[in-house]
Parts: sequence; structure tokens; C-alpha cells
Amino acid sequence: MSEKYIARSSAIAARMLGGEMMVMSSVDSTFFTLNEVATAIWQAADGRTPLSEIVTRKVCSEFEVDLEVAQHDAEKFVDELSRHGILLVSDHPFEPPALP
Amino acid sequence: MAQQHEIAVEIANVPILLRTPNAGFRDRLASHYAGFLGDASNSKIEFDVDIISVPDEISRENPDSEDDVQVSVKNGEWCFRRNDFVAQWDPRVRRGRVRQPDNSYSMDAVLRIVHTLILARQGGFLLHAASGIRNGRAFVFSGVSGAGKTTISHLAPPDVCLLTDEISYIRRDGEGYVACGTPFSGELERPGANCAAPINSLFLLAKGTENRIDPLPSPEALRRLLRNVLFFAKDAELVDNVFRSAWDFVQRVPVQQLTFVPDARVWSMIE
Repeated sequence: MSEKYIARSSAIAARMLGGEMMVMSSVDSTFFTLNEVATAIWQAADGRTPLSEIVTRKVCSEFEVDLEVAQHDAEKFVDELSRHGILLVSDHPFEPPALP
Repeated sequence: MAQQHEIAVEIANVPILLRTPNAGFRDRLASHYAGFLGDASNSKIEFDVDIISVPDEISRENPDSEDDVQVSVKNGEWCFRRNDFVAQWDPRVRRGRVRQPDNSYSMDAVLRIVHTLILARQGGFLLHAASGIRNGRAFVFSGVSGAGKTTISHLAPPDVCLLTDEISYIRRDGEGYVACGTPFSGELERPGANCAAPINSLFLLAKGTENRIDPLPSPEALRRLLRNVLFFAKDAELVDNVFRSAWDFVQRVPVQQLTFVPDARVWSMIE
């Protein structure tokens, strides 16, 4: 299976509130509240780290979740947010933004 | 050039000049916005308003348009359209043009859009909410259609100064937020009072079998607040501004659920 890379879209607004990450799409105004695990994936979505590595390092080790379950849940989470344009997904690392 | 007739509609101390060649339309606006008329010479935003005889002219130009408002920006100029009006506004030169039928309903919509754009940059928002001032403090009652905005407004005792029964104007002020009156009315069909006060509380309305106030955790408060914020533009920066304002608001203003029986006793809990 090919590796996935995920990056946060620039067309979103996001803030932490009461321990929850709140994310809103500026494209369709859909609104998501991320739980702790989803927040960890979200915060690690730098476009350069493979999703499998994020799951291993940020989910399994910190939340004591079985790798297979965590990977399955992460894929579902990424699919849903990518459908709303909140997360960008690629099978290659994203290019870092050009410096001004 | 045809003679022009002017009127300034001033909401929350923001006068917007409307200029039209149609004297009758100008008089109808003056009547509709009575209580919210300002000094035309102080207006920093101007719109030329052309009256069109039939909205079909706009429908023909924009056959995909539905009842929903569409707001977009291109090269710094905003365009708003609905099936009954089309408007352009360039905030850099503070001027715009509206084409609409001869009614205040369309102009209400244009003014609401302009104010959402202005407020987004000032740390505020328009909210589907009734609001009123009691003992010098504003109370805001938000909810979707049917939640009880008009009912709670109708039940307000005489000492309450009603700011609106439909669209509340909320703006950051120092360490808190103020609510300002608006002429945008709902089923009460009565414009609000043109005054403002610091917000004491925001109540999210629910009709029930008893009167009770329940606190809401901040994430839930933000979720429910955002459902009722009026915002039309899909511009990422403006969406971020509105989101940030709502996020800041729920941390500065108590947000509670007000479940109420539709009779006057509910107001004994609000002071």
C-alpha cells in the first residue's frame, strides 16, 4: 500500500477551546470538533511526515491504541476531512511553502 | 443627469449613504429605517441604488441564481446577489452600486451583507438573535427560526429596551462585547431601538415545559453560536475573522441555554 502524506488546508479556521480542536472550512462552512486523537493527527499534519509514522508516533505511543485499529481510524478521519477540503492528501510529501 | 435623492442609514454608528434617482423609493426607505437615519455628510460608505422594474432582469443575467445569497470577491471588489438584487461594493473606495426592485426587503439584505463584511474585520458579527437592554445590560437570545426569538421579544416587560427580534449586531468593545439595535425585524415587524449596551449574557433558546437556565461548555457554546452567525462570504480571511470573533466571544460572555415556557414569567430570570 502506498504511503499517505497529509497537510492542513489554508482554507480553514482552527482554534483550541476547552481542550478540543474546533475546525471550520471556509469553503463550505462545515464545522468539526476533533477529539484528542484526531487533534494529535491534525497537529502533526505537516505535509512531510507519512501518515503511518504519525499514527505510530502520535497515536499508538501516546494513546495506547492498537496499531491496526489506529491506522484504520486515522484513514477514516483523513478521508472525511479531505472530502471537505480541510486536510490535503497526497502520495508524495508536500513541497514546503516558498519563502517570501 | 437625473436628480439624486439621498438618505443615510446608520446602524451601530456606521452611516451608509444610499443615493437614488427615485424620490418615492427614498421616502419609503426613510419610513422603513426611521430611527436609524443618520447624517448623510458623515457617511463613509456610499451606494448608488438603481430601481429595476422586475427582478426577472437579474434572473435572466444570472440563471443559476437561487434564493440563497451569493457573495464573492474579485480583485478587491465584492459582489452580492440574490434572485431579487445584485450589488457591487469596493471597500477601498467605499462605494458601491445596487440594482433592486422598489422595496426595503432587498435593501435590508444588502445592508446586512455589508455589515457582516465590516464587522468581520472589527471583531464582531451579526447573529440570528433577539436582544434587549435591561438595567443597562444587553441580553441576547439566539436560535433558528421557531426557537422563540419573536416570542421572547413579545413577552418582554416594559422596562426592556428591545434592540431587535431577529438580527442582533454584536461588536467587540474593550474587554467585552456590545449589542446594538438594528432595524431588521422578524415576525414582530417592529424595528429595534437605536441604542447599545454591554452584553451581559447570550442565551440559546429552547422552548420547554419549565423555565430554566443551563450553562454550556465553551466548545458546545461555540458550535451552537456559529450555527446562528450570519455570514455569506467564502473568503478564507474573513471566515477566519468571524471564527476567531465567535471563539473569543464564548470565552468572554456567559453563554447559556434558556429553556422557557412561552409566558411572561421567563423574564423574571433575566436581569
